[in-house]
Amino acid sequence: MWHVGKVIALHDETATARTITLEVADWPAHVAGQHVDVRLTAPDGYSAVRSYSIASAPNSEGRVDLTVERLPNGEVSPYLTQELTVGDRLELRGPIGGWFVWRTDQTEPIQLVAGGSGIVPLMSMIRSRKAAGSAAPFRLLYSVREPAAVFYRDELRALTENEYLSLTYAYTRVAPADWPRPPGRIDTTLITNATWPSNFGPTCYVCGPTSFVEIATSLLIASGHSPERIRTERFGPTGDRK
Amino acid sequence: MSSPIYDYLDGNAAAGELSKIFAVDVTVAEGQCAHCGTTKRFAEAHLYMQCPGVVARCAVCEQILLRLVTVRDRALLDLSGMTYFSLDTSQFKQ
Repeated sequence: MWHVGKVIALHDETATARTITLEVADWPAHVAGQHVDVRLTAPDGYSAVRSYSIASAPNSEGRVDLTVERLPNGEVSPYLTQELTVGDRLELRGPIGGWFVWRTDQTEPIQLVAGGSGIVPLMSMIRSRKAAGSAAPFRLLYSVREPAAVFYRDELRALTENEYLSLTYAYTRVAPADWPRPPGRIDTTLITNATWPSNFGPTCYVCGPTSFVEIATSLLIASGHSPERIRTERFGPTGDRK
Repeated sequence: MSSPIYDYLDGNAAAGELSKIFAVDVTVAEGQCAHCGTTKRFAEAHLYMQCPGVVARCAVCEQILLRLVTVRDRALLDLSGMTYFSLDTSQFKQ
């Protein structure tokens, strides 16, 4: 049930978030959107389990990228983002979850809505779409505190330039100087301008802190999206996904 | 019971814990709430994990659907809040 993954690379996405690349023997290929449970065990036997979304596209090499945001009072995330080094081993359970997933045979338009580190499983979907050569139209609305908090910035820019993705950033605290929209929470106008119209029949994937998911889902439903076409993944109030 | 402080997750998040009990991923199964009769995917239930165990509540009426507590080598699973689970078995064929 528990697999052992070896850390083969570490990459800082922001000042507080790090991508951990693991190589896991006998790992079944995941589906984009799935997560893993990570178990850390202290020398005295105390153990803590946390869930983290997989960021990488499905692959057959047993490679799994996790992007972990460090939480100020976290029990696990400070270790994963500050102390873990290449060559270390982690216990993993998964891949987990068959609901919040995008499969490469889905052809309908896809609307992704990310709040902060909620981008992680959605990035797996975006990477999966590119790797599979799918023509499903993807749009991403990415709500983030400030420009410096954006994950995967260069890769997202390249995907946008190559028309794999239509992307709108929504800054909540600090926006770039020339940004047309003042910083603030997502609202009806933004949902109308930056997401597929409901009559295109998109499937929507919303991921982020619980309060963000509540607001985004309400706005999507109010703009005509059917609740049955909206899939959600909440991180909880602290973002520490237990 | 409403949850104005948004302290819940989605049923999806229980998939790892439930995999200790079930051979298949039951978060994609449809389940009927024994209290209000709503049928939804288990992944859409409201999940509370701050307690000693896992509690899933109906997304419509907030009554308890499932409780799972594990203490050392014993797991206690209460499914009395659900009338049934309906699973698409085609996905499990290899």
